[in-house]
Amino acid sequence: MQASLKRANKHIVSHIVLVTWSLIVLFPLWTLVINSFKTRLTIYDNPFWIPKTWNFSNYQTVIRDGDFLTYFKNSFIVVSASLLLVTFFASLAAYALARYKNRFAQACYFFFIAGMMVPIKIASIKLLELIRALGLLNTIWALPPIYVAMGLPVGIFILTAFIKDLPEELYEAALIDGSSSWNIYRQIVLPLVRPALASTAIYNLIPFWNDLWFPLIFINEEKEKTLLLGVTRLFGQYQTDWSRVLAVLTLSAIPVLLLYLAMSSQFIKGVTSGSVKG
Amino acid sequence: MRNHRTHHLVWLLYLAPALIMYSLFMAYPLLDSLRLSFFTGNNPATRVYVGFGNFEKLFTDPQISQRYWSAFFNTWVFFLIHLVVQNGLGILFAVMLTFDTMKARHVYQTIIFIPTTFAVLITGYLWKLMLNPVWSGDFFVSIGLPFLRHPWLGDTKTALIAVSLVSCWQWLGIPTMMFVAALRNISVELLEAALLEGAGNCKTFFLIKLPLIKPVVGIIAVLTFVNNFNAFDIVFAMTNVNGAPEYATDLIGTLFYRYGIAGQHPIGIPDAGLGSAIAVITLLLLLCVVIPTLKKTQKGGA
Repeated sequence: MQASLKRANKHIVSHIVLVTWSLIVLFPLWTLVINSFKTRLTIYDNPFWIPKTWNFSNYQTVIRDGDFLTYFKNSFIVVSASLLLVTFFASLAAYALARYKNRFAQACYFFFIAGMMVPIKIASIKLLELIRALGLLNTIWALPPIYVAMGLPVGIFILTAFIKDLPEELYEAALIDGSSSWNIYRQIVLPLVRPALASTAIYNLIPFWNDLWFPLIFINEEKEKTLLLGVTRLFGQYQTDWSRVLAVLTLSAIPVLLLYLAMSSQFIKGVTSGSVKG
Repeated sequence: MRNHRTHHLVWLLYLAPALIMYSLFMAYPLLDSLRLSFFTGNNPATRVYVGFGNFEKLFTDPQISQRYWSAFFNTWVFFLIHLVVQNGLGILFAVMLTFDTMKARHVYQTIIFIPTTFAVLITGYLWKLMLNPVWSGDFFVSIGLPFLRHPWLGDTKTALIAVSLVSCWQWLGIPTMMFVAALRNISVELLEAALLEGAGNCKTFFLIKLPLIKPVVGIIAVLTFVNNFNAFDIVFAMTNVNGAPEYATDLIGTLFYRYGIAGQHPIGIPDAGLGSAIAVITLLLLLCVVIPTLKKTQKGGA
């Protein structure tokens, strides 16, 4: 009894530490949201408290500006296309690597996995040349090939482990029925690995959606900018009016934040699945 | 026999899309950067072989070498702050979150992870405003914390630390969740046995938990190193690509961008050879640190 009481007391320290950190996390977000409802001048009085009069015009201006919606649409297209291709290509390769066991497959597996430890940014100078040669410079289509290459190592890592864990009897039964390898992939493997596909997509969602580097070096054309690259432009344009900048930041942060809050446990599992099994 | 050969080809077909994309847009550009570091000129057609000329320039040109070593040093400071603060807090929070009788842990986990879902750019802009003494200074004075009224990002002594800590704030969720996942994998029997033997929380942690999660500690250290050696966005947002003030926040990532991609102000002509030389040195450094760390921590582990 005494021992358990002592342990409960120790948890009090943990709660104090974790509540403090939670406040350190939430305080900037509070600041972000409430100040986006102020104006250019009222943002200077009571910076960390709610506005005296709520001002919605920042949001109206940003959305009416038109560019913001274009940026948003571009990001949406780039990220969805990249995620679709990454999960599809990674699942095909992982299926082969899990089922086809020889030296070549082993070498391929290590070749892919090595990419998890090498940041692709280092290759940017050559990538810039390559994208220019392919005629993709200054279009949103410069981005998906690179994101796909960037996402494949983790995808293959997660999916190969998952497919290897499927019971052998599944394949045996299907082979006796005369199913082709493609039918086995489509009808048996794909439905069963859905959780791993979700992990792959979620793991890559944040780096793709939040990437600034590649849009910055590839895209100069206003109509082709992604959301974050657009935010840097709007930041320059509205710099004298921080309340409007904060409205832009709030609008840009909301999509991933809502998605995360709606499915936080899958998110956390997805992001940690790159290195920890389970 | 024939059947066997078609069998090989079929598997190759499954591998083909991934192999092609990965080779063309990752492996090839990476390897070709090695070659480019021995050439000068931005146009592929008129490129000239210069041997180790770019490396020589990087280390002997007084201005360029000064910039390089300053960025190199800053990047190490940036990395070490992450290693200690981010991963130290991460493991502390993870231990707290995995106590079996801990309440509300899902709420805490969800909150800790929120900043990780934000773009670094958004975090950077937001903190840039919050750390601006003109904006928040009076508030800090009014709540009795006048020492917080300081131009954190304008002072060469504090700018790098401020930028690093904001970055830790952002990424803390990842090591925390990885440690949580690793700690949960430890068998309950083992921990109960330790409890019966009378081991306290501290003893259990250092003698049982920490050695068991060593592989994860290794992976997190490696990830921290790799990610921080190409950090760029946070400096771009909070100070600028020149690593203001006075290059105090200039990192390898921003230096690479200026020399290799955007072109150094005010001339604005990028030097692909010099940029590739910077990239190659970074790559070699990563390999020299990552491979031994993984070898040391992954034995018998994951």
